[in-house]
Amino acid sequence: MTEIAETPSAPMPSLSTRFEIVPIVLFAAFAAAPLLAAYSGAEGYVLSLLTRVMIFGIAAMALDLILGYGALVSFGHAAFLGLGGYAVGILASHGIEDALVQIPVALAASALFALVTGAISLRTKGVYFIMITLAFGQMLYFLATSLAAYGGDDGMTLSSRSLLAGTGVLKNDFTFYWVCLLCLLGAYAFSRSVVASRFGRVLRGTRENSIRMEAIGFQPFRFQLAAYVLSGMLAGLAGCLLANQAEFVSPAFMTWQRSGELIFMVVLGGLGSLHGAVIGAAAFLLLEEFLPEILHSLSFFLSEEARSHLAENWKMVFGPLLILIVLFVRGGIMGLLRRPHHG
Amino acid sequence: MAEPLLELRNLRKAYGALVVTDDVSLSVRPGELHAIIGPNGAGKTTLIHQISGTLASNSGSVLFGGEDVTQLSMPQRVRRGLARSFQITSILPGFSALENVALAVQARSGSSFRLFGQASQEKALNEPAMECLAQVNLAARAHVPAGLLSHGEKRQLELAIGLATAPRLLLLDEPLAGTGHEESQRVVETLRRLKERLTIVLIEHDMDAVFSLADRVSVLVYGRVIATDTPARIRENPEVRAAYLGEEEMV
Ligand SMILES: Nc1ncnc2c1ncn2[C@@H]1O[C@H](COP(=O)(O)OP(=O)(O)O)[C@@H](O)[C@H]1O
Ligand SMILES: [Mg+2]
Repeated sequence: MTEIAETPSAPMPSLSTRFEIVPIVLFAAFAAAPLLAAYSGAEGYVLSLLTRVMIFGIAAMALDLILGYGALVSFGHAAFLGLGGYAVGILASHGIEDALVQIPVALAASALFALVTGAISLRTKGVYFIMITLAFGQMLYFLATSLAAYGGDDGMTLSSRSLLAGTGVLKNDFTFYWVCLLCLLGAYAFSRSVVASRFGRVLRGTRENSIRMEAIGFQPFRFQLAAYVLSGMLAGLAGCLLANQAEFVSPAFMTWQRSGELIFMVVLGGLGSLHGAVIGAAAFLLLEEFLPEILHSLSFFLSEEARSHLAENWKMVFGPLLILIVLFVRGGIMGLLRRPHHG
Repeated sequence: MAEPLLELRNLRKAYGALVVTDDVSLSVRPGELHAIIGPNGAGKTTLIHQISGTLASNSGSVLFGGEDVTQLSMPQRVRRGLARSFQITSILPGFSALENVALAVQARSGSSFRLFGQASQEKALNEPAMECLAQVNLAARAHVPAGLLSHGEKRQLELAIGLATAPRLLLLDEPLAGTGHEESQRVVETLRRLKERLTIVLIEHDMDAVFSLADRVSVLVYGRVIATDTPARIRENPEVRAAYLGEEEMV
């Protein structure tokens, strides 16, 4: 279908069991981080950064479900982040502040949007699919900017985080961190199950050869659409969490750049392993956060002025760096982690 | 006479001005092995595409088991027992041979919208799949990724996948294409066994194979069926000799 679609990915479950160490270490690191954060002296900052990493991890994993396992390059996935975020924001502004209501509403809205846009987009293939998902994403973006009652261009600030069963436990940053980690683990366990299931096998088969799948009696469209809906719902969940993390929602949640970043995270981490997407999200966000400082200290041999110039314009380095990683590290970061086993 | 299992009525397919399938009418009786021969470019593959639903026809109809399936999609036809193989090998290269076949079993056994449970561990899918592999002598290679099989083995695998859909009729597009002598002997033996219990439409260039396997032969030239008869009579048919056989060394 596309370049991305042809890179090797989606190993069969039996093959991937050898690399199980990676997700275990990954999730253990997330579990241990709050304890370490307490000693870092910048606890709030570390927690909030890692919470963001986990939230984008969920969104990237959602994308990996259709991109890595279904070869569907959705360039509009940020729309679901926006749907989740606005579900929280809009409901909260009408006094419905409980996550137990907000999240189901967000999931339903995401599912519905995915069902309608997916049913149309999936009639096309390759570049057309990319463009049409992009167009739907933009459509939602412009809709959000025109919602004057909900802040329009500027978005809206939430008065506080969502309630959980009537309690304010999410207001505590640590509790919120653990809730996000639980969501990440839940989403991961669910996605792992999906890709190994009958359904996932059909999706993977369609990725490899959809004519063959039709010739044994499957209608690929149905499976791709169902996968698209599942993926949209997971990304919608990430949107709910993101709104709570930022205590703010705005159309910026769903710019096309954000959709592009999600694709980048998945490719960076390595397509078709699920935890690779989480690692990709972590690498992307941490690089984005720390690249200025890294550049500053790496360029110790330059004049002070040049160093601060470099640090200020870190994006000039960020882009090419990402491109180099994708070009030269085939299979992304997961590819790097796997390599020693093959050699 | 028994009602035909497959019946083509005035099928037509044109690409612009090029008529590739020209008013083809044909019936395939239950239990027979019906070969379709014809020079390269005669439109044999196109005809298989039309019968299987890979390609829509411009006009005419396809009847399968008495039912008009012309408007049905390929998956729908497969579910009614109309399976096909491809001239250019079409498998899932990243899946093991077993999983290639197990997927075909899965397609006809229960819902595939199950999101839980490891599909690759399902005995109810793997056991029938293993049987199909055994029928084409591939059981020993069950766990090899299909992409790593030899060309001949891939052809055998295509057959096994077709069998796993539990077909009433198997459309085979040059199953011997590109196989070496020994491999092709093995496929011919497999086909000989299969024709005992399946109706088969066989497109094949290897005339030895065609004349030793076929109950009836149809000759397709420039998209037209110029004759349908027993192998012996086809050999004698002056029109066929003029149009086709004369040029070949297999007279
Ligand atoms: N998609 C297509 N567009 C235009 N012409 C085609 C197409 N597919 C096949 N043809 C033409 O149709 C004719 C029959 O092709 P085909 O069915 O593959 O023949 P065969 O299998 O008997 O060798 C050939 O002349 C071929 O060039
Ligand atoms: Mg052909």
